[in-house]
Amino acid sequence: MTFEVTDAEFGYGTITLHRVSFSVEPGEILAVLGANGSGKTTLMKCINGIHRWKSGGAFIGGNSFDIQNISRQVGYVPQCHTLTFPYTVSEMVLFGRAPAINLLSMPSGSDREIANRTMEEVGISHLAKKSCSEISGGEMQLVLIARALASEPRILLLDEPESHLDFRNQTMLLNLLRNLVNRRKIVCIMNTHYPDHALKISDKTLLLGKRKHIFGITNEIITQDNLKDYFGVNVELLPFQNGKGERMNAVVALDLVDV
Amino acid sequence: MEQNSDSQQKKFVLLCLLPVIVFFLSLFLGRYPISPGEVGHVLLSPFFNFDMQGYELQESVIVGIRMPRVLLAMLVGAGLSVSGAACQGIFKNPLVSPDLLGVSAGAGFGAVLGILLVGNGPLVTLSALFFGLISVVIVFAISKINNTTPILSLVLAGIIVSSIFAALIALVKYVADPYDKLPTIVYWLMGSFAKASYDDLMLVIIPISAGMIILLLLRWRINILSLGDDEASSLGEKPERMRWLIILSVTVIAASAVTVAGIIGWVGLVIPHICRMIMGVDHKLLLPATILIGASFLAAIDIIARTATPAEIPIGILTAIIGAPFFALLLNRMKRGWI
Repeated sequence: MTFEVTDAEFGYGTITLHRVSFSVEPGEILAVLGANGSGKTTLMKCINGIHRWKSGGAFIGGNSFDIQNISRQVGYVPQCHTLTFPYTVSEMVLFGRAPAINLLSMPSGSDREIANRTMEEVGISHLAKKSCSEISGGEMQLVLIARALASEPRILLLDEPESHLDFRNQTMLLNLLRNLVNRRKIVCIMNTHYPDHALKISDKTLLLGKRKHIFGITNEIITQDNLKDYFGVNVELLPFQNGKGERMNAVVALDLVDV
Repeated sequence: MEQNSDSQQKKFVLLCLLPVIVFFLSLFLGRYPISPGEVGHVLLSPFFNFDMQGYELQESVIVGIRMPRVLLAMLVGAGLSVSGAACQGIFKNPLVSPDLLGVSAGAGFGAVLGILLVGNGPLVTLSALFFGLISVVIVFAISKINNTTPILSLVLAGIIVSSIFAALIALVKYVADPYDKLPTIVYWLMGSFAKASYDDLMLVIIPISAGMIILLLLRWRINILSLGDDEASSLGEKPERMRWLIILSVTVIAASAVTVAGIIGWVGLVIPHICRMIMGVDHKLLLPATILIGASFLAAIDIIARTATPAEIPIGILTAIIGAPFFALLLNRMKRGWI
């Protein structure tokens, strides 16, 4: 079922998101790129129901989202998690079951089982009993992804999931995401600051700017002209072939465009 | 932190014994010496039709004086502790206690005003309860003025309301008759179970239990709220609504506690921390643990309050003297995080 956002508008006072439209199929990754303040995080909060659209909206399979059920359909991985209480990894992942659990009920055995399976899928089972304050940033990001997946959502939203990670962990995370999305056939929308990451794993890209946006196949959107236009940076796109003989592009930033 | 659920179940069984032990200790320890055998005799007599000849005095001390007192201390201790744990969870701050929102100050003012105007009796209690609830209504109204950061505005509103009621309490003290009313007010403000009766118990058992039951039912959800509003909403929670439901429960508990026992500090802050060290941070286990340990702690402190010196020591003073250094000790052990 196609996930669509059509003519959507939102803003705090002034409009941040101006008639944004895009669509993503199950099993596809959409990368959302844009300068700071262009509304990437706002877009996520609108999709998962924290903010209400001013007009337009999000649709799945042509039907509009049921606001009551939104948390069961959308899994959200926040930008960074400030840890007040050092819950264990398994407790944290189990919290992801909250949308499926009755207000006054406790998680059941089957909730635990789903949480355990999700931890296994993401590869963090060995951390289950550890406190979230004792694990690394990369591992914490995996915990948050497992938590988002624990509600078995149809749409996975990630807000700059790789931005605080080191080089190796970034690569690990991107590869994991690609595999997860292929296997689960879910819609994945990921905010990122790195055009390279969009080129590496995303099928489609949404470029957000001031009162404008473009959307399309990643290779057609991430071009010299568009990056210059939306980020004010002169770039060079270097084509190369990877080990499997696939053609890829690397983005190299050169200098700033004079304003 | 690495505990399996088996060991936590064992801990829980042990924790359940704690209040039972303290309860029996409270019945035979005290000014008038009663042996454990006599306590047993009196307690079991209704079931076995024991001969009560020669036990009248013991019976009246145990059933008439010590029993309501220990039950009240346990109820208040459990209520304040579980409220503290819930508040720390929903405000995402381990340094918060139930009096944060001005409830204690409000209820304290109500009681003091009652003592000034009518002396004592049920009107004093009602006045305390009334002003406790009023304080949280004012906090609600103030927090709505600027609601961009809901938690911060709540805390600030709580500080405002607390200081207003603290000033009003000072005003009442200033105008009170220094030979008659003032000592009663000062003594009451220090917290005490000395006048505990079955009437007091009947008055607060329903509101405190109701508040505790609501908090217990929502205990797993408090985890979700403790993740912050955005994450909580993305997990299907309605943080604003949930927070007020919990605040309301805490208010009813705290106001009822102040009503019968005066202002007893530190319990709501320290007990949740002790429980976190024993049971971990998951509120699902934490809240029941705070009830058991909180009840035992306050009843135990009350034993000290009435036996340590010939004249009774106000319990609020003891909880501060014992609680504050203990908390400093805890801080030293909590370097790794808020366990």
